[in-house]
Amino acid sequence: MTGILSLITYLPLVGVAAILALRAVAKSDDAAAANARWVALVTTLVTLAVTVVMVAGFDGHAVGYQFEERVSWFSGATYRMGVDGISVLFVLLTSFLMPICIVAGWKSINTRVCEYLIAFLVLQTLMLGVFCALDLILFYIFFEFGLIPMFIIIGVWGGKRRIYAAYKFFLYTLLGSVLMLAAILAMASIAGTTSIPDLQKFHFDPWLQTFLWLAFFASFAVKMPMWPVHTWLPDAHVEAPTAGSVILAGVLLKMGGYGFLRFSIPMFPDASRLFTPLIFAMSVTAIVYTSLVAFRQTDIKKLIAYSSVAHMGFVTMGIFSGNVIGVQGAVFQMLSHGLISGALFLCVGVVYDRMHTREIAFYGGLVNRMPWYAATFLLFTMGNVGLPGTSGFVGEILTMTGAYRASTWTAIIATTGVILSAVYGLSLYRRVVMGEIVNPQLAAITDIDRREWALFVPLIVGTLVLGVYPKLATDVTATSVGHFVDAWRVATGG
Amino acid sequence: MDLTAALSIALPELILAVGALTLLAAGAFAGDGRARLISTAAVVVLCVSATAAARSAYGSAFGGGFVADAASAYAKVAIYLLSAVGIVLGDPWLVRVKNSRFEYPVLILLAALGMGMMASSGDLISLYIGVELFSLATYVLAAFQRDDPKSSEAGLKYFVLGALSSGILLYGASLVYGFAGSVRFTDIALAVHGGTSAGVIFGLVFLISGLAFKVSAAPFHMWTPDVYEGAPTPVVAFIGAAPKLAAMVLFARAVGQAFPGATHDWGQVVVAIGVISVAVGAFAGLVQRNLKRLLAYSSIANIGYALIGLSAGTQEGVQSLFLFMTLYTIDVTGFFACLIALQRAGKPIERLEDFAGLIKTRPGIALALTALSLSVLGLPPFSGFWAKFFVFKAAIAGGQTPAAVFALVMSVVAAFYYLRLIKTMWFDAPAGEAPDTSPVEAKGVAYVAALFTFPGVIPALMLLEPAARLASRAFPGLRP
Repeated sequence: MTGILSLITYLPLVGVAAILALRAVAKSDDAAAANARWVALVTTLVTLAVTVVMVAGFDGHAVGYQFEERVSWFSGATYRMGVDGISVLFVLLTSFLMPICIVAGWKSINTRVCEYLIAFLVLQTLMLGVFCALDLILFYIFFEFGLIPMFIIIGVWGGKRRIYAAYKFFLYTLLGSVLMLAAILAMASIAGTTSIPDLQKFHFDPWLQTFLWLAFFASFAVKMPMWPVHTWLPDAHVEAPTAGSVILAGVLLKMGGYGFLRFSIPMFPDASRLFTPLIFAMSVTAIVYTSLVAFRQTDIKKLIAYSSVAHMGFVTMGIFSGNVIGVQGAVFQMLSHGLISGALFLCVGVVYDRMHTREIAFYGGLVNRMPWYAATFLLFTMGNVGLPGTSGFVGEILTMTGAYRASTWTAIIATTGVILSAVYGLSLYRRVVMGEIVNPQLAAITDIDRREWALFVPLIVGTLVLGVYPKLATDVTATSVGHFVDAWRVATGG
Repeated sequence: MDLTAALSIALPELILAVGALTLLAAGAFAGDGRARLISTAAVVVLCVSATAAARSAYGSAFGGGFVADAASAYAKVAIYLLSAVGIVLGDPWLVRVKNSRFEYPVLILLAALGMGMMASSGDLISLYIGVELFSLATYVLAAFQRDDPKSSEAGLKYFVLGALSSGILLYGASLVYGFAGSVRFTDIALAVHGGTSAGVIFGLVFLISGLAFKVSAAPFHMWTPDVYEGAPTPVVAFIGAAPKLAAMVLFARAVGQAFPGATHDWGQVVVAIGVISVAVGAFAGLVQRNLKRLLAYSSIANIGYALIGLSAGTQEGVQSLFLFMTLYTIDVTGFFACLIALQRAGKPIERLEDFAGLIKTRPGIALALTALSLSVLGLPPFSGFWAKFFVFKAAIAGGQTPAAVFALVMSVVAAFYYLRLIKTMWFDAPAGEAPDTSPVEAKGVAYVAALFTFPGVIPALMLLEPAARLASRAFPGLRP
C-alpha cells in the first residue's frame, strides 16, 4: 500500500478544489455554502475511511516505519513519509476528529463558509503531514504552515479579542519554531541528512545535543503547551470558534508530545536524560498550578483550556519517565485527551450556540431543561477527571505509574492533580448544570438536537471503549514504544 | 585574446548597449506618443540579451576586466528578466499618471547594462564603471515623476547619497590598488594570499562600505525608505529587485574573488553589517504605516539575511546568496506589482489602513499579497522559506551560528508587520469603496509571482539549486 499516506494527507486538498469549483458555479452564496459543507463532510469521511483501511493494514508487531514513501527532490531534501506505531494513532485521531469539526460548525458558522471549510481542510492536510513526515524539512513545512490556517480561523471566525489571540498564537509558536529551524539546519550540516530514521541513529556530540535539545524544546514546549509558556493557549481557545478549539486541543497540542517522542529523545538521548528533572519539575508545576488556575476561571472555555495544560503535564511526565508504562501512558493520554477535551469544547459550543456567552455565572440548572446534555457533559467531565471506565483514567494511571518508577516525588505531587481536576471539573459541572434555573433567559433553552448527537456519539463510544478496553490502542503502540524505550536506555548507557 | 572572442563574451551587453542607443535615437524621433512601442522593443532587447547571457561562452576579456562565468550568466539572466518586468509594470502606470515617456524603457536598458557590467566585473575599474552606469540611470528613474516633489526629493536624495557612496567605493578601490598593486581581482587575490596588510584591510572596509550603500544594508541604509516612498512605484519595483541582485553578486565577487584568502577579515565585517541590517529592518519596520516604506525596511532586513549567508565565506554561502536573491527579488516584484494593481479613485493605495478588508473587495490581489507576505515572512513552504533555509544552512555550516540564530529570532519580530498586513486585509472591515480596475500587466505579474512563491518554487528549486551551485563554483578560492 505504498502511497496511501500521501493519499490520506492530500485527500482534503481534493475537497478544497471541489469547494472552489462548486463555488464558481453556485448561483448564490447560500447554495455555495451548503455545497461546501457537504463536500467538506464527505471529504473528511472519505479520508477517515482511507485512514481506517491504512490502520487495518498496519502491522503492530513490526519494528520501524511502515508504508514508506521516498522521492528525492533537490540535493539535500527528500520527500519521505512513513508511520510507526505511535504516529499511526495520531493520524487516526486527526482523521477521526475532522468530520466532527466540520459538523460542529455546520450551523454556527454563517459568514464566509467556503473559506472557513477550506481553512479546516488545509489544516487537516498539514496535521496529517506532520505525523506522516519522515524528513525533518518536510516535517517542518507541515508543522509551521499549520499556523496560517489556525491564525485565520481564530482571526476571522473568532470572538471579540480574536485579533489579539491570533497574533499571540502565531508569534509565540513562530518564535519556538525558528529556534527549531536553526537546530534543524545545524543537524543537516553536521549529519549531512535530514531523514528522521537516519538522524535517530546518528550520534551527536553530547555537548551539542544540549543546544539542539533546547532549540527543539523551545518549539515543542510552546506547542504542547508546558508551563510557563502556556499563556497563549487560554486566549487562543477562548477566541477560537468551537471547531477551532476542538482541533487545537485535540490535535495541535499533540504535536508537542509527538515531537518529544519523535525528535527530542531519539535524536538527543543524552540531553534528554540531562533535562529530565527540568521536564518533571515543569510537568508537576503545570499539573498543580494550572489546575488551581482553572478552578478560578469564570469562563467555561478558559477553564477547560487550563485543564488541558494540566493534562499535558501528565503527558510530558510520562514521556520522560523513560519506561514502557510511562510512555505508553503518555501516548494513550494524548489520544484520550484528544477525544475528551474535544468533546468538552463541543459541550461548551452547544450552550454557546444557544446563549452566546461562556460565562459560568450566566448558567446554572441546565439539567432541568437539557437532561441529555447534562448526561453527556457529565460523562466527559468524569473522563477529564479520570474516572475508571473512561479513557482518561487509563492515561493518568499509566503515566503516574511510569513516573513513580522514575521519580517518586514527581508521581506523588502529580497525584494531587487528579484530585484538583475533580475539584475544578465537578465545581464547573455543579455551577453550570446542577441546581434550579435562576437565569430567566435559560427557560427556553433546548436539549441537544440530532446534529449534536452525531457529534457526541462517536466521542462517547471512543472514550468508553478505550476506557474499558485500552489494549486496542496499547497493542498498536507497544512495539514502537518498546523500541523507543530500549533505544533511549542503550544510548545513555543504562 | 583577439577582439572577436572578447566581443562574443560580452555579447549580451553589446546587444543591450546597441539596443539602448538605437531605442534612444528612435524615441527622440518618434516622440512620447510611441513610448509603448519603445517599451515593447526594450522588453524584446532584454529578453534577447537574457538568452544570449544564458548561452554565453565563458572566459575573460579586455585584460581580465570583464569576466563571463557561471555566476555572471546566472545573475544576468535574472537581472535582465527582472528589468523586463520593470518595464512591463511601468508602462501602464506611467500612462495612468499621464507621464508616459520613451526615456523610461531606455533608462532601464542602460541600468540593466550597468548591472550586467557589475555581474561580470573582473577588476576594480569595471566594478566602478558598472556601478556608476547603473546608478546614474536609476537616479533619473527615481525622479521620473518630475512634477511630484516627493519623486524629485527621492531622486535628489538617492543621487547625493549615491554619489557619496561612490566616492567611498572609489577610495577603497584606490587603497586596495595601492597596497595590492593591481586592480584585477585575480591578481589582488594572489597579492593578499600571503597575509593582509593594514592598507588592504582599510581598502577592503571602504570597498565593503561603498557596496553596502548600494545594497542598502544598515548602517548605510538611510536613503532607502525615502527613495522607496518617493519614487514612482514601478521604479521602486525595478530598483528594489534587479539592482539588489546585481549589487549582491558584485559584493560576492569583490570579496570572494579578490579576497578569498582573507575570508576571516571580511567575514566579520559582512556578518556585522548583516546582523545590524536584520535588526534595523525588523524593528524599524514595526512602526511603518506606509507600505512602500515598510517594504524598504523589509528589503534592508532581507539584504541582511543574504549577507549573513555570504559571511560564511564558503561556496555554499555564495550559492545561498544567489538562491536567496533570486527568490527574494521575485517576491519583491510581486509585492510592488500588487501595489501598482491597486488604486482607489485614481489615487495609489499605499497606506496600511487602505488595505482593510481587501479580501472582500479584491480577493485575487489580496490572496496574492497574502502569499507574498507569508513568503517574505519566511513561512514554509513558500519560496521565502527556502531562501532563508539555504542562507542559514550555509551560515551555520560556515560557523556563523550565533548570527543565524539572531537573524531567525529577528525574523519573528519582522513577522509581526507582515502579519499586520494580512490581518488588515482579512480581518478588518473594508475601507471605502472598492479599488479601481487594475492594469492587466500588474495583475498578471502579481499572480505569477504569487504562484511562484507556492507551488511554483517546488519544481523551480530543482532547476535553481543546481544552477546556483554551478554559479558558486566560479569562486574557486573559497572553501566548498
